[in-house]
Amino acid sequence: MHIVVCIKQVPDSAQIRVHPVTNTIMRQGVPTIINPYDLFSLEAALAIRDEHGGTVTVLSMGPPMAADSLRRALSIGADRAVLLTDRFFAGSDTLATSYALATAITKIASDQPVDMVFCGKQTIDGDTAQVGPGIARRLGFHQLTYVESVETIDRARRTVIVRRRAEGGVQVLRSELPCMVTMLEGSAVVRRGSMADALRAARADVTTWSAKDAGIEDISQCGLRGSPTVVRKVFAPQPRKEKAVLIEASAHDPVHMAEATIDTLFAALPGLNAELHAAAAR
Amino acid sequence: MTAYAPPLDDLRFLLSHVVDLTAALGTTDSGAEADDVLAALEEAGRLAADVIAPLNSVGDRHPPRIENGQVFTSPGWREAYRQFIDGGWNGIAGPNDHGGMGLPMVAAAAAQELWQSASMAFALCPMLTQAGIELLHAKGTEAQKTRYLDKLTSGEWTGTMLLTEPQAGSDVGALRTRAVRENGHYRLFGQKIYITYGDHDMTDNVIHMILARVEGAPPGIKGISLFVSPKILVNEDGSLGQRNDCRPVNLEHKLGIHGSPTCVMAFGDQEGAYAELIGEENRGIEYMFLMMNNARLNVGIQGVGVAERAYQHARHYARTRVQSKVVGRKQDGLAIIHHPDVTRMLAVAKARIQAARALYLEAATLLDLARTGTPSAATRADLLIPVVKAWSTDLGVDVASMGIQVHGGMGFVEETGAAQHYRDARIAPIYEGTNGIQANDLVARKVARDGGAAMGSLLEEITGLAGRLIDQPGDDLPIIGEALATGARALGEATDWVVTTFDSDPRAVLAGAVAFLDLVGTVVGGWMMGRAALAAQGLLAERQGDPQFAEAKIILARVYAEQVLVRADTLARTVTEGGRVLAELDEAIL
Repeated sequence: MHIVVCIKQVPDSAQIRVHPVTNTIMRQGVPTIINPYDLFSLEAALAIRDEHGGTVTVLSMGPPMAADSLRRALSIGADRAVLLTDRFFAGSDTLATSYALATAITKIASDQPVDMVFCGKQTIDGDTAQVGPGIARRLGFHQLTYVESVETIDRARRTVIVRRRAEGGVQVLRSELPCMVTMLEGSAVVRRGSMADALRAARADVTTWSAKDAGIEDISQCGLRGSPTVVRKVFAPQPRKEKAVLIEASAHDPVHMAEATIDTLFAALPGLNAELHAAAAR
Repeated sequence: MTAYAPPLDDLRFLLSHVVDLTAALGTTDSGAEADDVLAALEEAGRLAADVIAPLNSVGDRHPPRIENGQVFTSPGWREAYRQFIDGGWNGIAGPNDHGGMGLPMVAAAAAQELWQSASMAFALCPMLTQAGIELLHAKGTEAQKTRYLDKLTSGEWTGTMLLTEPQAGSDVGALRTRAVRENGHYRLFGQKIYITYGDHDMTDNVIHMILARVEGAPPGIKGISLFVSPKILVNEDGSLGQRNDCRPVNLEHKLGIHGSPTCVMAFGDQEGAYAELIGEENRGIEYMFLMMNNARLNVGIQGVGVAERAYQHARHYARTRVQSKVVGRKQDGLAIIHHPDVTRMLAVAKARIQAARALYLEAATLLDLARTGTPSAATRADLLIPVVKAWSTDLGVDVASMGIQVHGGMGFVEETGAAQHYRDARIAPIYEGTNGIQANDLVARKVARDGGAAMGSLLEEITGLAGRLIDQPGDDLPIIGEALATGARALGEATDWVVTTFDSDPRAVLAGAVAFLDLVGTVVGGWMMGRAALAAQGLLAERQGDPQFAEAKIILARVYAEQVLVRADTLARTVTEGGRVLAELDEAIL
């Protein structure tokens, strides 16, 4: 099995502050981490590798310092790391990002065919959840999103069965390989790096590719030029003026709860009683 | 409860710019480089902070219990220990040929601080295993190594040290546990007390390293032999067999480190406990000395570890607690950290912790260099080890006490957790040779015996550094240099007095031994801070590294000079003038 896991280096949202005037994220001095959702996908990929054998390649697009996150992924147990870094990538939205990553995955697959691509469900800084599906579409892979567990992989038939959390229940889906999977948070306990892995990661080379190295021919699809998304305005919503009202009622008596709610409504809207009577009369 | 943040920035700085990590790595065949060690420490810090540190208060509140001759550890400890050994951390300095990583002592020492800060009670277990590994590696037969060493290195089994008996504490020679020869092995009969992790449920087996007296051996320490005796007997194929005739009979109720089971162990209730001799008969004490430097270094690191944790706890509280208007500041609602006296407490604590950290790393590096036969390194290490042990463990108690003081009444109630550090820290000045014994060792064996030669060469180095600091531009470094020069002079005078007085009036010298050790710690702490400040200034000049950290380092070195190093004169006078009256003091007036 050859599995590519896409990760993103993001500011640690637990330590982030928003500029009070410009409403932009203040990134200076904020430590970076691997997007936490990506870790669940990395764990799922490592577990598949441990069971079936093979290689886990971690891939990231970002500034040169994103190599730290790739190294961190190596110290958790990934086998090799590729960083896409180039000034042409600056300002990429999800369309441009999925183009660059999909092209790089194609390049990676030219050395060793890729069976599965894992992405985080979404990132904690962009929150769009679009890059994974974008990659799947561009590569022509089936996409399995919001997966809570990878149940079985049949390597002979080249199929995978996953459990996918869907509205109102769980879907059990079978897909052909290759496919793209995004894992749900909490789907596994992310493993902890061993000392041996930490030592290996400290020495491992992170392969660094420019746009050209990654096989990207159409630069106009990258970075700001390839990004149709326009942010018109960023604002912090004003706190709403209305206040919540606490209704006291017996927790074990539904009739009392209903009555207390209705009494509160009628007390808050003095004209309501008359309106209802008028409506009934019509 | 405050989260623990591993002090990786300081460790990284000290290992990269102050102590010679590269030389220490050169003494091993680990093949590791400095960056590898730093990466490993980062990973160790995560395990310490995320997994072990949260269990510290659990161990304190739900201590281990004994049921039907089996000790059960606190909730969550088994799982955390499993993660610890699965990560390979137990074998960080363990021998390569037995599955260890073979990293130098200085790397293991830095990791040790992280475990000890996370939880002293937890970290004691692997710390004792390490001593067992060292003894077996140095003196065990090939068969013993095959039987025990791989699993001790991986941490699959843990090791203990059984020395103390009710009548034989600091006086090990008084021990009575008997060893009876039987077909190439021995049977042990006796009772041992204060056995840390003497029994527990975190591993399938516990390997006891135990001192006993073979029948007919000479009295005193010359008749003591060292044995290895497993909790569960190990079959020829390495599988576990029957339970040995040794068992925990009780757990002690202690002031602190509640999470660590301190056992009373009974050997030989029935046929006698199976044991194998290590090395030769009657040479047990000599073998114990082999690992004593490492063990004392590790206990010193416990002092630094608990001090760091208590300091972080107090700093967090001082940043959030608002009480009274702050003198000289216009804003209302400032936290107590802005009150000058609270600032002082935290600044002095941080400066002393950094000095002690640099000192244990220096001592560990010297132990590495000594292992490959650098005689000057061995002499210097012998001189510094009692200082690292005693000075750092006193620091642990002092800083934990300061931590409670910063909390005020909130520190005196248990809920805030500040009190636990104080209770935990209190054992470290006692075990592994009390701090009084360390001071006696320092003055008698390390200073008086060689006529002050080792100390003289150290003082020469310190005076040279003071001169370089005085020549630096600006205010801070020259002030540090002046204080260091004064401290070195005071230490030189006290050393001369110790050397010239020891033969004629040893009681007077020993009455001042603790003050002398404090003086040595104070001055060599200043030496390490001076080296750190000089390195920090070099980095600032070359625009390398984090300028905020380097500037803070220089300020803390100055705080150390002005708040701690200035006490050197007084300590020297205590040594040279205070001992005579004490030496002849009639106990009736006490």
